[in-house]
Amino acid sequence: MFVLAEGAAPLVHPSSADGVFSLLWLVIALPLLGAVILLVGGPLAKGRLDRHGHLIGVALPVLSFVVSLVLFIALLGRSSDDRQVGQHLYTWFEAGGLKVGADLLYDPLSALFLLLITGVGSLIHIYSVGYMEHDPRRRRFFGYLNLFVAAMLTLVLAANYLGVFLGWEGVGLASYLLIGFWQYKHSAAAAAKKAFILNRVGDIGLSLGVGLFFVTFGTTDFTTISANADRVSEGTMTALGLLLLLAACGKSAQVPLQSWLLDAMEGPTPVSALIHAATMVTAGVYLIVRSNFVFDYAPHARTAVVVVATVTLLWGAIIGCAKDDIKKVLAGSTMSQIGYMMLAAGIGPAGYPFAIFHLLNHGFFKADMFLGAGSVMHAMDDDVDMRHYGLLRKAMPITFVTFSMGYLAIIGFPGFSGFWSKDKIIEAALTQNWFVGVLAMIGAGITGFYMSRLMFMTFFSKKRWADGVHPHESPAVMTIPLIVLGALSVLGGLMLAGDWIVDFLDPVVGTTPEESPPIPALAISVIVVLIVAVGVAVAWYFFQRQDVPREAPYDVSFATRAARAELYGNEINDVLAVQPGGQLVHGLTLFDRHGVDAVVEGTALGAVGTGSVVRLAQTGYVRSYALSLLAGAVLVVVALLAVNLA
Amino acid sequence: MTPYVVLSSILFTIGCVGVLTRRNAIVVFMCVELMLNASNLALVAFSKQHGDLEGQITAFFVMVVAAAEVVVGLAIIMTIFRTRRSASVDDASLLKY
Repeated sequence: MFVLAEGAAPLVHPSSADGVFSLLWLVIALPLLGAVILLVGGPLAKGRLDRHGHLIGVALPVLSFVVSLVLFIALLGRSSDDRQVGQHLYTWFEAGGLKVGADLLYDPLSALFLLLITGVGSLIHIYSVGYMEHDPRRRRFFGYLNLFVAAMLTLVLAANYLGVFLGWEGVGLASYLLIGFWQYKHSAAAAAKKAFILNRVGDIGLSLGVGLFFVTFGTTDFTTISANADRVSEGTMTALGLLLLLAACGKSAQVPLQSWLLDAMEGPTPVSALIHAATMVTAGVYLIVRSNFVFDYAPHARTAVVVVATVTLLWGAIIGCAKDDIKKVLAGSTMSQIGYMMLAAGIGPAGYPFAIFHLLNHGFFKADMFLGAGSVMHAMDDDVDMRHYGLLRKAMPITFVTFSMGYLAIIGFPGFSGFWSKDKIIEAALTQNWFVGVLAMIGAGITGFYMSRLMFMTFFSKKRWADGVHPHESPAVMTIPLIVLGALSVLGGLMLAGDWIVDFLDPVVGTTPEESPPIPALAISVIVVLIVAVGVAVAWYFFQRQDVPREAPYDVSFATRAARAELYGNEINDVLAVQPGGQLVHGLTLFDRHGVDAVVEGTALGAVGTGSVVRLAQTGYVRSYALSLLAGAVLVVVALLAVNLA
Repeated sequence: MTPYVVLSSILFTIGCVGVLTRRNAIVVFMCVELMLNASNLALVAFSKQHGDLEGQITAFFVMVVAAAEVVVGLAIIMTIFRTRRSASVDDASLLKY
């Protein structure tokens, strides 16, 4: 299906950080400092941090964004072959021939991620000030948010896989804390555990991958690995690729480790925005694009990535069609959009830049829509059921307009950011394999349907509000981030102007080969737009022209029931993993109880039984003891005589 | 030589039977002493026959140990008698299964 990538993988050869680049460590340190102050300093400050701590929590990520922006401008000032900067902070640990440094790598890829994470992250922080205003544990919430951002920044700035692993685990921890933030709700606590455990499965892949890197290359530095990648057998590279794919599946919620993503909606809405837009789920895509030097030599692993991605992009889209919970529809769409990114990443050098391009655009429009959904929920007294919404465009004009920007971007309305990136991915997929390309097109059509369904049910149609609900526009601290993100959703496509992003990422992911798709690019765009239009029209027919019942109908087709049940992902996990695991534990318990314990307790019982018989000899009569003493002595004498006489 | 050994055997047997059959702790105790002295007699007789002093030294050791034993043993018997108003060894049979 895929040929080995043309030419060698691009080398990583960072120059040492000097001048303004020596500030690189600050990008991570600032939000980390915020997390430490808010989480550790909270009890010391006697409530002052509870009242004003969120200001620190907002200021530090914003500062981090400013530093990222300065670094980005400085990077643009360099020539394109000199845009890799390494910063050695200290030796992390050293054991024998093994030396791991706390090294950072700043290159075009991490530069874009830095801007996304700190930029969108800061906007989400600002929004949270309004959203979490009445939560008694706001200080802790902002501490966790800062920790999340710091962990994600560590992940994208690390110069070796062990550093990536550190950030990876930090992201997992922070997501656990934030998804289960309202831990007094049973469902939130369960969702947090589910996310953590499914992420652990993926982490097995990354930790084994790190181990295999050590064994194969003696180091986990990107520089050394990319320089020696061509000397390693394809089998090893395929194994590495598959392990990294497993890791990416966990973090990026790809099939078969996808089921945590929808449950993760139990967290506060800004958390969902942070997880889905700026951090967490993008980590898997980052990992695969960053490991391009592995995947370039592992065509089979790339095929696996493409298969997983294609399944996921349809899987998430289908789930999105049937959910009535506004956040779960958006979660399904995230799964699907990440599928598109993974698809692009799996295609290889022809797709890497577009994976990142779509990732950035998705970061803008998905953060926009999640925060918009949060704004809607805020107005509807935390009701998430879209069947209780309707005609909100009149009540919340700013939210409606900004949400529409995100909506038009995600369905790929011509000119909006999502149009450019999704188009490029479908084009690249069609060039590689027409079947995958067609599936990606169908996915785009389904996206058009479920997003329009969300749009019509929420903002158009008729009022279906519950009694006593009076929707109102959110305060400015919440709408301003929405406006910024809405604008970015529109303008994200500018990054493709003059193939800027492709050329910018060139030093990291290699030259994108010029390939012509089987049919002209313009024709593909027109076809995709037509397919999306069909999806929108179907949604319009069912959810605008017809009335939407306030209660979800029960007599629905099998397909709808399956989609409502998230395509039985939880049931599949239950049958394939949970039940066998439970049975294994049950069997082990039985063996322990009836095997191991039986031997131990049997020995003890035997000793007790023997003792209960033998102790009867202890009669308490001295003379009977004396008699047995005599008998013993006689026996010894007889024995001696017998031996001597024989 | 033989008469000494025969006497020693007789004394030992008397002591042995006494320990096994008598109930009075004092008598049992005296029978134990009798057995010790029977063995002393045999030790001294064999020492004399072999012409070295090891047997006689051992006999002295036995006497010393026997003296110490009398001190402890009689004290125990006294205490038992005081508490139970009886010196029968069969009565003092509480320490059993």
